[in-house]
Amino acid sequence: MNNQHNDNGQNEMTGAEIVIRALKDNGVEHIFGYPGGAVLPIYDELFQQEDVQHILVRHEQGAGHAAEGYARSTGKAGVLLVTSGPGATNAVTPLQDALMDSIPIVCITGQVPTTLIGSDAFQECDTVGITRPCTKHNWLVKDVNELAATIHEAFHVATTGRPGPVVVDIPKDIQFARGTYTPPQTAPRMSYQPKVQGDLERIKEAVAMMASAKRPVIYSGGGVINSGREASHLLRDLVDLTGFPITSTLMGLGAYPASGKNWLGMLGMHGTFEANMAMHDCDVMVCIGARFDDRITGRLDAFSPNSKKIHIDIDPSSLNKNVRVDVPILGDVGRVLEDLVRLWRATARADKAALKPWWEQIDQWRARDSLAYKPNSDVIMPQFAIQRLYEASKSKDVYITTEVGQHQMWAAQHFGFEEPNRWMTSGGLGTMGYGLPAALGVQIAHPDALVIDIAGDASVQMTMQEMSCAVQYEAPIKIFILNNQYMGMVRQWQQLLHGNRLSHSYTEAMPDFVLMAQAFGAHGIRCEKPGDLDDAIKEMIEVKKPVIFDCRVANLANCFPMIPSGKAHNEMLLPDEATDEAVASAIDAKGRELV
Amino acid sequence: MNAQLQPTGSAYFIAKETEQLEAHTLSVLVDNEPGVLARVIGLFSGRGYNIDSLTVSETEHERHRSRITIVTRGTPHVLEQIKHQLERIVPVHRVVDLTVVAREKAHDRPLERELALVKVTGTGDDRVEALRLADAFRAQVIDANTEHFIFEITGRVSKIEQFVAIMQPLGLVEVCRTGVAAMNRGPDGM
Repeated sequence: MNNQHNDNGQNEMTGAEIVIRALKDNGVEHIFGYPGGAVLPIYDELFQQEDVQHILVRHEQGAGHAAEGYARSTGKAGVLLVTSGPGATNAVTPLQDALMDSIPIVCITGQVPTTLIGSDAFQECDTVGITRPCTKHNWLVKDVNELAATIHEAFHVATTGRPGPVVVDIPKDIQFARGTYTPPQTAPRMSYQPKVQGDLERIKEAVAMMASAKRPVIYSGGGVINSGREASHLLRDLVDLTGFPITSTLMGLGAYPASGKNWLGMLGMHGTFEANMAMHDCDVMVCIGARFDDRITGRLDAFSPNSKKIHIDIDPSSLNKNVRVDVPILGDVGRVLEDLVRLWRATARADKAALKPWWEQIDQWRARDSLAYKPNSDVIMPQFAIQRLYEASKSKDVYITTEVGQHQMWAAQHFGFEEPNRWMTSGGLGTMGYGLPAALGVQIAHPDALVIDIAGDASVQMTMQEMSCAVQYEAPIKIFILNNQYMGMVRQWQQLLHGNRLSHSYTEAMPDFVLMAQAFGAHGIRCEKPGDLDDAIKEMIEVKKPVIFDCRVANLANCFPMIPSGKAHNEMLLPDEATDEAVASAIDAKGRELV
Repeated sequence: MNAQLQPTGSAYFIAKETEQLEAHTLSVLVDNEPGVLARVIGLFSGRGYNIDSLTVSETEHERHRSRITIVTRGTPHVLEQIKHQLERIVPVHRVVDLTVVAREKAHDRPLERELALVKVTGTGDDRVEALRLADAFRAQVIDANTEHFIFEITGRVSKIEQFVAIMQPLGLVEVCRTGVAAMNRGPDGM
């Protein structure tokens, strides 16, 4: 009786204390946030403890992307803490970004006191209403005794099944109120039971289909990374066992090493010729943790017309959504691959001789060298800059983030990723401004690693303020800007679609990035000549400070190869064919409406 | 909405939709918690699906479970997507496409009933005719004075539509409908 009393006494605390305790019990070491009126009680508790380190960003969007980078590079949930009203609305972009790329994020928002909800109080907004479509689930906590269980459930929902962002909205009076803390429990709610184990009969069917393939291809995606490191190992085993060629989406780079002999490079709109041609001409396609996104498939009615398709995905709504498949397998990629590899070992044998003509065909496509570009000794070609950066950093413990645009595609094409969780980019939502705060999040998780944001001059200005945060926490992130003075990808589309009328895609007043770095207390480097590049990159890597690297590249370079809109995988525009005239007529009138 | 206007897959290429639209009735069992209805209807508006009819009420008080009945229209492919998308919502326990189940059981379609309240005003012959027709449709008079009737009518959607149309020239002033409640024939539960 006495004991029970004591336990109750220990577990009775304020809502703000419950929040911190729940974070600790869910293994949280770092959170990204910004204080404000409606979260002050939680900030007061943060002040009085040392287990959870808080990283003060300069804008809530930065907190969200930093949490995404943290999550993507560690496999753990990223956590952000923001205030009500504008704090919550500023977090909307990263929440949607995390939803589209399946990144586990727990966002805790302050809310006005329960008695004021609905009264248009100062800094009030309908946070759960606004974030409902951009989260996997969200909660408004109205009873302090349910707060702990809600936060535990939030972590569970964010990190299991298809991962995604969640929001817990906590009114200020609940943060002050006293209630009982309950520890994390294992029994999840009845209605949320993601299916992780694949159907064995379907997996057997897949093995049989793969064993009889003459022109197979594996197309893997971000789901392999999300499933954990073991899934990447199994994927590599599968490729070795079967001898199949493998390509990957933007999100899936690194699951299979770029140096692997079966690697075809990325597929899709800016994928390699060999990857897209293999997808088009294959007879068996094995899609693993990818979702047949429109940037991948191109023209749907001409997408891989003669193949049998196997699709492994944890989300039932991804199966048969855009493309009809022959063998859908619902389950966690890692678990399904475990069964698949085991069954292949037991029942099938790779017939490498049968695959020989297919590999010869692939080698012919490879010989096309679709990522080639014209070298230049006077100006730095952006592709060259990425290649030199790769050469200088590949032996190091390196993590790459990007913004969105041409530089992102060049990075995906020319930087070789050998391991999963090393590549952080905004794929689904395409959020300019993602890379700088994401790099910060990665660096906080891996303080001794080399973290580089491959950036564009336009994107990086969207979240540049977080340099101040990087300086404050001595996070030596390297912002490698491919500066061409344009919103390059916008301009490329204007050239393709809009008669070369470059409407507002040129930035006439560009800040001096070197002075800007100095203003933040960071280190600035400018490089304009190809011959100076290696030394400048070396300097960037060696400086023990955050760096902004202004890499002046050829202004009018465009990103090829490319599948123009409205075209199929076998109708790629290759760099050596991309004359001005070909570019201008690449997309016919019908394709123009589609973008 | 039909599949041509769906965002999925259209960013490159908008496929011509050749499949026929079908009306299906879905039963969705959910935890009755704040926001759950908003999640369901937000899914429909956000992804461009149709709602022809929506009915919701708590059906298991002790477990706080509600049953939502939705009549929607789409191609078979879109209807399958709707079901899977609904299943993704965290407080959703089960989604049953009653129309598909009815077909599997070789029934024509699920049992569907709707209730409507219909207010009609008038005097003289119109008033007599309204009452006579109401009797033919087995509608109950639940309120009346010398100038009006309020009829309560229950039945399939087509019957309600017909009754309302007939009352139009006889002084119809107000209609309130519950939306469709539905379940399948036979001894099996949902």
